[in-house]
Amino acid sequence: MSAINSNIPEGELTTKWTKFKSSVPLVNPSNKRSLEIIVVGSGLAGASAAATLAEMGYKVKCFCFQDSPRRAHSIAAQGGINAAKNYQNDGDSTYRLFYDTIKGGDYRAREANVHRLAEVSANIIDQCVAQGVPLAREYGGLLDNRSFGGTQVQRTFYAAGQTGQQLLLGAYSALERQIGMGKVEMFTRHEMLEVVKIDGKARGIIARNLITGELERHFGHAVVLGTGGYGNVFYLSTNAMGSNVTAAWKANKQGAFFANPCYTQIHPTCIPVSGDHQSKLTLMSESLRNDGRIWVPKKKDDTRKASEIPEDERDYYLERRYPAFGNLVPRDVASRAAKERCDAGYGVGASKLAVYLDFKANTERYGKIEAAKAGIQNPDKETCMRLGTAVVKEKYGNLFDMYAQITGENPYETPMRIYPAVHYTMGGLWVDYNLMTTVPGLYCTGEANFSDHGANRLGASALMQGLADGYFVLPYTIGQYLSKEISVKAIPTDHPAFAEAEAKAKGILDTLIGIKGTKSVDHFHKKLGLIMWDKCGMARNAEGLKSAIAEIQQLKKDFWSDVRVPGSADEYNPELEKAGRVADFIELGELMCIDALNRNESCGGHFREEYQTEEGEALRDDEGYAYVAAWENKGDGNFELHKEELKFENIKIAQRSYK
Amino acid sequence: MSTGNMNLTLKVWRQKNTKDKGKMVDYKVADISPDMSFLEMFDVLNEDLITKGDDPIVFDHDCREGICGMCSMFINGRPHGPKDAVTTCQLHMRSFKDGDTIVVEPWRAKAFPVIKDLTVDRSAFDRVIAAGGFISVNTGNAQDANNLPIPKAQADAAFEAAACIGCGACVATCKNASAMLFVSAKISQLALLPQGQPERYKRVQNMVAQMDAEGFGNCTNTGACEAECPKGISLENIARMNRDYYSAKFISEEEG
Ligand SMILES: Cc1cc2nc3c(=O)[nH]c(=O)nc-3n(C[C@H](O)[C@H](O)[C@H](O)COP(=O)(O)OP(=O)(O)OC[C@H]3O[C@@H](n4cnc5c(N)ncnc54)[C@H](O)[C@@H]3O)c2cc1C
Ligand code: SF4
Ligand code: FES
Repeated sequence: MSAINSNIPEGELTTKWTKFKSSVPLVNPSNKRSLEIIVVGSGLAGASAAATLAEMGYKVKCFCFQDSPRRAHSIAAQGGINAAKNYQNDGDSTYRLFYDTIKGGDYRAREANVHRLAEVSANIIDQCVAQGVPLAREYGGLLDNRSFGGTQVQRTFYAAGQTGQQLLLGAYSALERQIGMGKVEMFTRHEMLEVVKIDGKARGIIARNLITGELERHFGHAVVLGTGGYGNVFYLSTNAMGSNVTAAWKANKQGAFFANPCYTQIHPTCIPVSGDHQSKLTLMSESLRNDGRIWVPKKKDDTRKASEIPEDERDYYLERRYPAFGNLVPRDVASRAAKERCDAGYGVGASKLAVYLDFKANTERYGKIEAAKAGIQNPDKETCMRLGTAVVKEKYGNLFDMYAQITGENPYETPMRIYPAVHYTMGGLWVDYNLMTTVPGLYCTGEANFSDHGANRLGASALMQGLADGYFVLPYTIGQYLSKEISVKAIPTDHPAFAEAEAKAKGILDTLIGIKGTKSVDHFHKKLGLIMWDKCGMARNAEGLKSAIAEIQQLKKDFWSDVRVPGSADEYNPELEKAGRVADFIELGELMCIDALNRNESCGGHFREEYQTEEGEALRDDEGYAYVAAWENKGDGNFELHKEELKFENIKIAQRSYK
Repeated sequence: MSTGNMNLTLKVWRQKNTKDKGKMVDYKVADISPDMSFLEMFDVLNEDLITKGDDPIVFDHDCREGICGMCSMFINGRPHGPKDAVTTCQLHMRSFKDGDTIVVEPWRAKAFPVIKDLTVDRSAFDRVIAAGGFISVNTGNAQDANNLPIPKAQADAAFEAAACIGCGACVATCKNASAMLFVSAKISQLALLPQGQPERYKRVQNMVAQMDAEGFGNCTNTGACEAECPKGISLENIARMNRDYYSAKFISEEEG
């Protein structure tokens, strides 16, 4: 018997959510005023939840480690957000978004959650526009859309290459409005270090004031974690430098199961690594694949410049292998295909670990259209390129500038060089249909939870999930729990459980400062990252994973005996913050490898070399592995596996083909 | 460790906390690659300081993609350094020469007190937004988004104003430490959209009042803010804000 219950409402898939909403117990307004909710995180998931819960009348405390909620990592999302609006009249629907997401996730997501996500997606766009988010428009004044990988409709809404920024600023302004009215108390530059449990329920957190170093106790009738993803376990990733797993990991130690940790999304279009000084990798939005064609030379070790390689000596390998989707295959497929070509010796650039993303053909095509609009007959190539470049600039200008800034090359003239990089983590805290973890009263939203994406996330779906959770799901589902808590008075923070949690947090900080070893935190982080990338990255095998586990265990020992953290715990000390986060990454890294080793199949972002088709595609084992792996932390690196069987009642599981 | 061959001298502002007086300290860095970002160069220096048992230099940063607005420092007397329209994290060492001496200081403004070394407190910006930088719409009350057509030019103009990353370079570079460019960007974004109209004049009054309360100075049309803004936010926004501010006074006098 499994210890977990996903609490999926009975009834037909398409009516589950509406029925749930109309039958869920409500909390009356006067009771809401005395119920306190802690929201950790102010990204799309956290800010939207905190603002909405405050609008509903709850007392909210919101936390983030940056100096302002506006700087949460969601700000960096580039390409867009999906919604089943069918504004383009190209046959989109709730069902189709649901279907694409389940298939894109390689049949490892929960049907009921994904359907709900598709249902509320349309409301998200309405909400954001009402807040004044300036999404891209057509000349007629209506909203514009583009396509992302893994779909054949145009359902992606965007704001140039700065969609996340605009959506987050929308949610942030809603949050600031509530802060201004005194309904949300905001704690910036605060880091949550422990979950406080009383009688088995989450009742608060221990947070560290990062400026003074003071540990603070905060009570809440419920605690919501919207603390983002853990891709930085790989050291190099597209994530912001501060993104970390600490909140989720501490929750895991308090009894919240961690689900599918090994599902990591590798994004196919990032700027390749240029040297070992690099601190992070930069994404070039997937939307570029709308207009960029991906190729490598047909000849091995070709050292000619891209411009010197004639058309018939280029291998447009995605278009060749996947004619139906071409350059718009899902990310896992595109990433593996790039790796395959580079491993086979066809990579380009100094490191040979890159492929070309070429805009020339489409620039010329746009130029022809513009010329026709301007009434220019038989335009020459140069005119086309000039006019087309203006169109490309309007669509992707900031991305092209970013590329030029980082590489020192002009992408309008030569094709971009791109390579896959760690981008998004589909795993996270296990949650039920209500977004509650296995600890009663502890909720988890956005990238920090595991739900909705399965083994692979389609582009433009994370923003959608973060906002769906925060604006439209959690505010309903949390009422079910809180309606039974109205008689609970605020628990004073001198309760022994608070003291105990605080002592635990303090113990870790003091230990880290006290080691006074010889190596910096970054030294250990880089080592961990290399192990993870080599052995639990784009491709894994049993032997590699076993050795990775042993190496990580050794690294953990070295870390706790030889790390050097300067300064003290009672001051502003970013190195100490980093040390705590890397300590948690090391433990999580081990669990990721354990999870990857357990899953004897390939699916989505999890590619086990032992399990592939003759053509090199991922080979799922639906008999053996159609489950969510939820790991219970038993302490000292011991984990117990709980399985949530996934039932596909509405979609027929099929081989995932994009050919 | 690193891969390049640039050698540089850095003069960096060190200040233990808000109360400390602070001073410039010299550092040498070697083997810097022109492909490194300015912050990666700082990482190398910090790694060195930690190994030697010194305190690393504290600076704010997060996305390292030029979008979160967190990184902030004066480099050779200019916010975000010598290049136009980039943030410090997007500034690369190829913008400097081997042997250069580079002076690095924190943002300077009364409303942005130094927390430590190069890190300053910019929470005043949040309080200005909390005073009115929003549209009062509760979750779940929105009409269908396409029932509100917005001409492309207008949507694009709103987007351009909305691209402000809240970095504070405009304040830091202004001789009056004025926050007008930042505040006017938000006011313009919302004033250009139909959704922003109902609260348009109340918004400008509330935000300006909060801006003054935070201790930001006044705008004397020098234009340093526009010149140093990494996102190219235009001075036109300030003009729009001023117009709205005077209209607002007029309107409230009429109503009063
Ligand atoms: C470069 C890039 C581009 C992307 N582009 C797209 C895109 O085009 N479309 C799309 O759908 N998705 C995109 N994504 C993914 C998407 O941006 C993220 O998955 C999503 O924004 C995560 O939102 P979140 O609210 O869950 O977390 P985040 O935005 O990461 O927020 C986490 C919050 O938690 C806080 N926090 C974390 N730990 C603690 C702690 N211990 N104590 C206190 N506070 C804490 C942080 O301060 C922050 O406020 C992109 C991601 C990247 C990296
Ligand atoms: S207006 Fe420009 S300089 Fe000022 S905060 Fe915004 S982005 Fe920074
Ligand atoms: S670190 Fe985010 S803008 Fe520079």
